[in-house]
Amino acid sequence: MNEDVVLQVKGVSKSFGGVKAVDNVSFGVFKGEILGIIGPNGSGKTTLVNLITGFVKADSGMVLAEGRKLTGLAPDKIAGLGIVRTFQIPRPYHSLSAVKNLVVPLYSSRIMHTIGGKLGDRDTVALDILEEIGFERDAHVPYKLASAFSEGYLKRLELARCLALRPYVIVMDELFSGLSVSEITAMIPMVERLHMNGITIIMVEHRVRELFQIAHRVMVMNFGEKIAEDVPDNIMKNEIVRQAYLGVT
Amino acid sequence: MDEKIGRRERLDRGIKVQTEGIYAISSWRGIAYSLFPTVSFVLGMLIIPLVVPSMTWQRIMTIACIFALLALSFDFLAHFVGIVCLGGAFFTGVGGYISGVLNSAFGLPMVITIPIATIAGGAICTFFLLPCLPIRGIYFAIVSLMYPLLFARVIQALELFGGTDGLPGLATFPNIWVELYFIIPMTLILTFGLRRLVNEDFGIVLRAIKDNDQAVRASNINIAWYKTKAVFIASAIGCFAGACLAHLYGWVGLSLFALDFSIFPIAATVVGGVGTLVGPIIGAFILAPLSEMLRAFGPLRVVFYSFVLTGLVVFKTEGLVPFLQRKYHQFERWTEI
Amino acid sequence: MNIFIFGLVNSVILALTASGFALAYGVSRLANFAHGALYILVGFATWLFLNRLGINYIGSILLSIIIVSIIGGGIYRLFLIRVKGMPVSEIIASLALGIAIMELFRWRGFISEAYMLPPFINGSVSIAGVMIDWQRLIIIGVGLAMMLFLWLFTHHTKVGLSFRAIAQDKHASMMSGIEPDRTAVISLAMGSALAGVAAVVILPLGNITVETGYMVLTNAIAVCIIGGLGSWAGVFAGAFLLGFAQILTAAFIGPQWQMVVVLLFIILTLICKPSGLLGKQKELEERV
Repeated sequence: MNEDVVLQVKGVSKSFGGVKAVDNVSFGVFKGEILGIIGPNGSGKTTLVNLITGFVKADSGMVLAEGRKLTGLAPDKIAGLGIVRTFQIPRPYHSLSAVKNLVVPLYSSRIMHTIGGKLGDRDTVALDILEEIGFERDAHVPYKLASAFSEGYLKRLELARCLALRPYVIVMDELFSGLSVSEITAMIPMVERLHMNGITIIMVEHRVRELFQIAHRVMVMNFGEKIAEDVPDNIMKNEIVRQAYLGVT
Repeated sequence: MDEKIGRRERLDRGIKVQTEGIYAISSWRGIAYSLFPTVSFVLGMLIIPLVVPSMTWQRIMTIACIFALLALSFDFLAHFVGIVCLGGAFFTGVGGYISGVLNSAFGLPMVITIPIATIAGGAICTFFLLPCLPIRGIYFAIVSLMYPLLFARVIQALELFGGTDGLPGLATFPNIWVELYFIIPMTLILTFGLRRLVNEDFGIVLRAIKDNDQAVRASNINIAWYKTKAVFIASAIGCFAGACLAHLYGWVGLSLFALDFSIFPIAATVVGGVGTLVGPIIGAFILAPLSEMLRAFGPLRVVFYSFVLTGLVVFKTEGLVPFLQRKYHQFERWTEI
Repeated sequence: MNIFIFGLVNSVILALTASGFALAYGVSRLANFAHGALYILVGFATWLFLNRLGINYIGSILLSIIIVSIIGGGIYRLFLIRVKGMPVSEIIASLALGIAIMELFRWRGFISEAYMLPPFINGSVSIAGVMIDWQRLIIIGVGLAMMLFLWLFTHHTKVGLSFRAIAQDKHASMMSGIEPDRTAVISLAMGSALAGVAAVVILPLGNITVETGYMVLTNAIAVCIIGGLGSWAGVFAGAFLLGFAQILTAAFIGPQWQMVVVLLFIILTLICKPSGLLGKQKELEERV
């Protein structure tokens, strides 16, 4: 694994009203790794995702991607740089079919400016991506309206939407939430395949056990602060982490 | 005592299922079934000028087309982009005045004033509506409603462009046939053009923005730009209608900003069916004659379709075109459980 | 000095006419576009009672305000309740109703000069060297009293507090036993009553015309946009800003430019601070 730092978060803070959702968090993400972020409810994980990907403006601190400052950029610009995210509750385009859901990101500036002309028929590209993430390539499934799919498929569609943008960093906001154990088991190889393709992945998760199967390193948050950052084995044994989750014993 | 419990169920007609997808061309009957609605609509529109009883009615048909265009623009924005524009009068006013001023002050002929009014008017209206685009909630609706009222006051107060009296003596269409056979085909072209657009890529992105704009932003697309383009298209259509209106009557005045032009399109859309693009056209052609028949009662017309609109909106009616579509494609029957 | 006094009067007029609209919108998120229609409805009703039925002035006023309140509440109960939750349909429905009412008046011929309400006290008085008529002074008095009343009402009475609760969080207040529908009816009724009070003090300054109805609606919306929704301070601020801006424009540039000023202010507000000067509806701005 390359030691290059692909994403650097420095002293980032955000308050909503009187509540400090993220409090002076700093960490680095290495190229090609899978970094997990866990923490009890309300620890600021989703806010952190929003801060990194530009959906929320930080009160202070910086986020750098390969030296370039991300803080202050609009979310669509950040996605254009190749840093994409999934939403915790999937946000498909309900009135469009699965195929057309994926055609939309193919109109992003990122794609249009790089390989736009050589893309060919966008529907076909969309179908290819759908196949990659596990949609059956028969006559009907990709053409069903997004509103007709189950949660597992919608999560895959979220990922597919990210993949369409050819990212190098994907921030996944609770990918496993709302899925059954078997659905999660089916998703894990897909995440690993993304990792094999060289994509850096940040996974904010609540399902700690499943996350520990694939994460290389894990960061723990509590009350908006970072309280630990280590490999999964050590995290399990960390006293501070245990206290955060289980309370003082 | 045995009670038979039943329910009504709705099934697709056999022929609809037979003509799904590529099978539409498998038989003459199938082709006829698939094409019938579109063809009858187009033919109907084209034949109308020939079958109406008098010139007054022909004039009414032209006006209906103008309103149809406004309704089209409203439906497009409301249903496919998620922007509710209550300012149809804004478009007619701006388009009409540009066309009128160009003709009156500079003597430019109709063939030039109308296109210029369409494009320039579209640009001006979009410019004024821009500040409201990024804002959520109903602000866009409110502000778009206010613009025509405000602009009318400004023109009146500053005595611009003829002030309260307006600009008379503009060029008009050579005769009623030119009028009709210019406006009707343009309406058809714009309707089917928009229909095509919403199914093509630009339209797909717009619909995605309406469904979930945060997801679109997360996909590296500048939604402001797309919304701006959509508003431009809608306002250009509205301004075109206004420009035609100016040359229809040979006169522009403050009445081009009347609330009439804002409310009628909404009523027409609701009557015809929201989101169908064709529905608003049909709705306009239903309401316009009705409203003309009430012209003798003066402002009562507005009262009439205001009440109609209130009733339809409040009772959440389906709209004519969806109703017809349902009847055409499906049948209902009573089954016992 | 002239400018100060007339600026004050204008601002209070704007605040009065906007307060009814702001109440309904602030509380139940109901943009009542029939506001202007209800305003002139009170005017005409009062005129009718006074001149056709011979009821005395105070009686006519009270009667019309009560009737309009009932109509306002009725608009919600009969029409808007069916489209609640769909803000656009709400606007369309109330707008269409408002227009129907106003155009109905126009059809019946209520557009001419003949319809006027007499001022409460005739004549004028000199204050700080400026001649001002009593009616305008009454307007200022009533306006300030109204603002005070509204502030006290929403901060210290049960109904008023429930208004604020619903405005802040509908579901939480429902859990506290506040019924949103009943509150909506009350807020619309109150909003109409406020429009009525505004109408009876302001209309004596001029004629009752249908155009006034549209102007009132436009001004109310302008004040709410500029000042921001969600707080009385916002209505106040918006009204005063706009009120003085209009008078200053009239004095130094020309009275016809007043409308331009209104337009400019709205656009500026939307570009710079969409939620208005003191608005609390942050969600109207770009949201995550």
